[in-house]
Amino acid sequence: MMDIHRCFRCGYCKFPDDFSKYNCPPYARFRFESFSPGGRLWLTRAFLNGEVDFSKHLSEIIFSCTACKNCAENCRMGFKDEIVDWIVSARREILERGLAPPFVRDFLENIRKYGNPWGLPRKQRADWLRAKKYDGDDYLLFLGCECSYEDRGRSMAKNFVEILERAGVSFGILGENECCDGNEVFMLGELGLFQELAERNKKTMSELGVQKVIAISPHAYNAIKSYEGFEVFHYSQILRDLIQSGKIKPGELRKTVTYHDPCFLGRYNGIYEEPREVLNSVPGLRLVEMERNRKNSFCCGGGSGNFVFDLLRGSYSPARERVREAAETGAEIIAVACPACKAMLDDAAKDEGLKDRVAVMDLSEIILRCGIS
Amino acid sequence: MDIYKALVDIVGEEFVSRNEEELYIYSRDSGLTEREKPDFVVMPGSAEEVQKIVLLANKYKIPLIPVGASLTLSGLAVPIRKGIVVDLRRMDRIIEVNRLGRYAVIEPGVTQGKLKAFLERNYPDLCHSMPDAPPSATVVGNILIHGQGNLSQLYGFNSTMVTGLEIVLPTGKICRIGSCSLSPYWFAVEPLPYLAGIFLGWFGTTGIITKLGLRLYPRKRLRDIEVFVLDDPEKVADVVYRITHTEMAEDVITMEQPYPMMFRDVVLVQIYFNGDSEEEIEFKRKMLWNSVMNYIRSRDGGFMFLTPDVQEDFLEKPASSVTRFADVMKGGGFVYCGAIIPVEKFAEALRKLKEIAKRHEITYGHVGRIVGRGHCMMFSFSFPFNRADRASMERAKEALHESYLATLELGGIPWKPELFAQKMILERMDKNAAELMKQIRGLLDPNGIMNPGNWEVEP
Repeated sequence: MMDIHRCFRCGYCKFPDDFSKYNCPPYARFRFESFSPGGRLWLTRAFLNGEVDFSKHLSEIIFSCTACKNCAENCRMGFKDEIVDWIVSARREILERGLAPPFVRDFLENIRKYGNPWGLPRKQRADWLRAKKYDGDDYLLFLGCECSYEDRGRSMAKNFVEILERAGVSFGILGENECCDGNEVFMLGELGLFQELAERNKKTMSELGVQKVIAISPHAYNAIKSYEGFEVFHYSQILRDLIQSGKIKPGELRKTVTYHDPCFLGRYNGIYEEPREVLNSVPGLRLVEMERNRKNSFCCGGGSGNFVFDLLRGSYSPARERVREAAETGAEIIAVACPACKAMLDDAAKDEGLKDRVAVMDLSEIILRCGIS
Repeated sequence: MDIYKALVDIVGEEFVSRNEEELYIYSRDSGLTEREKPDFVVMPGSAEEVQKIVLLANKYKIPLIPVGASLTLSGLAVPIRKGIVVDLRRMDRIIEVNRLGRYAVIEPGVTQGKLKAFLERNYPDLCHSMPDAPPSATVVGNILIHGQGNLSQLYGFNSTMVTGLEIVLPTGKICRIGSCSLSPYWFAVEPLPYLAGIFLGWFGTTGIITKLGLRLYPRKRLRDIEVFVLDDPEKVADVVYRITHTEMAEDVITMEQPYPMMFRDVVLVQIYFNGDSEEEIEFKRKMLWNSVMNYIRSRDGGFMFLTPDVQEDFLEKPASSVTRFADVMKGGGFVYCGAIIPVEKFAEALRKLKEIAKRHEITYGHVGRIVGRGHCMMFSFSFPFNRADRASMERAKEALHESYLATLELGGIPWKPELFAQKMILERMDKNAAELMKQIRGLLDPNGIMNPGNWEVEP
């Protein structure tokens, strides 16, 4: 954080590349300058310099950043690639000083003790899913916490498993032996715990001889890519390949669909086209884009653990704004490729009273809905 | 009286803060001026809420500081006498665009970026005069400080483009000025008495703008640039005269800076022009080239070859290179005195800028923008500093203060001056004019609550 003073607070970081709307989730939500990327960096520096004391409010400012990376994408300065690292370092500093706010402390403690942020028993991780354990198969299917414990994530996992089975793909899961991928742990600044989780997963996977991993969650995809030693795929890439190779053939679906880019798939890993190719392969499906798409996508507000503690909740939440934006396109379905996005947007559609107009569905669900042969 | 509770009653709890964090952020801008924490920060969502806040402040004589994006770098939105900072950026609706009448009606929180994007998407044949401030700057904020934009060479200061105002006066009355005061249309402030002048350039000391009518202009399909390079600053005024005589240019910018090396000791005159067809572009290019042909023939100047990436950089709107100047020393800051001067003073101003920079052992940059057909120009004396190095900050501050003085010595006027420079201006101003300013303010704001400290004439 030696260079944190270099932020001028010019505000390019708040926007998408056409400047049309505020694209920083916490700033769009709260609108106080303190919640902008620049405000957050200036306050971090003030905290480190002793100009501002630690407080509950400061922790909300620092931990409400979803690490969506819009700021880095749109900052015009030479240090743009360091901005998210500075936020992560600020969080790390807070944790090291023993100042973690309760919602972060509980999140991390649950992962440390139970391997998931909700503190649910390990045995429940995959006991609901009828899928074989990995045993030298072609692929390991890594579920991640949201797809293991959260209802909407679980349905994503079930749907994708069904497609893999029908396509005859050789795969297996880790079951109880799977551990949190650690992506959010890293983003929350607990780098020690992240290393511990990464080592545990790496050890499990290496001992089983895993070489190829499919991650349903883009957060898990992002984390496992950093483990090194494994070839990692996002499930949208596998779906695209199965369709292109003719192993599955989607039936017709006469619906208008808009696709929401997850931050950890898009801005972090540059995967923008594969999910769209999946959707465009469905006969009758009309894909329309939201005003903010691809690298300009507006985060659902769920990153950095916010899908659990949701500091951005309320009628001005990013998820609700995103659902309104999707509805404006005339889409009947918001297609998602991330369990955190699915849960955030699904809740938001209910809160906005848009549930009857626009359904939130993941790629696998859409493919199954139209029927495959 | 519990002011916090009263503010919560007006705008709701989510949009009022007395937390240390907000008070810290709103106590300063990115420049080097005085800092003072406000007592509260409030974000109204409507003119009616602004009115209630003003009535409250007026009743209890609490200073009110209206704020846009706080990007003047001269502390004009710093609450130097504490009070309530009114962040207007929640009021960000583009209320109307009248395409045939070429005007827009906007709220004070509309950013330059939002208006640009909105017009490009919905009215691609219209544009507004856009400054090279970051896109987060507000349109109204820029107008209230007499900002300039890419159309200022054609049409003058952005503040001359106002077609109507809605203002909450310091006493809480909501007042409309211009055609909108008696008609549903916001086409002009003329031919009525020119009341808009009471609110433009006053830095929020005479009221809070809640709606503004703004002229829009034809947006051509194509835009291009030629860069004329000279090594003799004395010739710049004549070059500008010849270029503006053609009436072919949209925007004319001057630039001189020691880095990168390719720009050292030469003045760049950036000439932007546009057209709806290649034919129009080429015609304008030819006219512009011809206007300075004598300098090319005498080898006193010539047009620069622009590689595609350099050209793209120059054509970026707004020009982020202006903002990136803050990172020249990897220090996160710069200050500048925007001197509004006669164009004929260019060479002298540049000489002074270099002298000041040398004296204070600091690097410098200059960007200037021609206003009107060479009627005057904004000449920036810019100095980067390192926010983590107090000595560098002090040097920049001293150089800035000296630049204010140099501007006045040149017969110019510092633009959006900080308090220090406002005092310098008022001391030199015609005494009766200064007295008139005082009387107008006293009449509008008897309790002195509006952005106090600014434009204050000493008794």
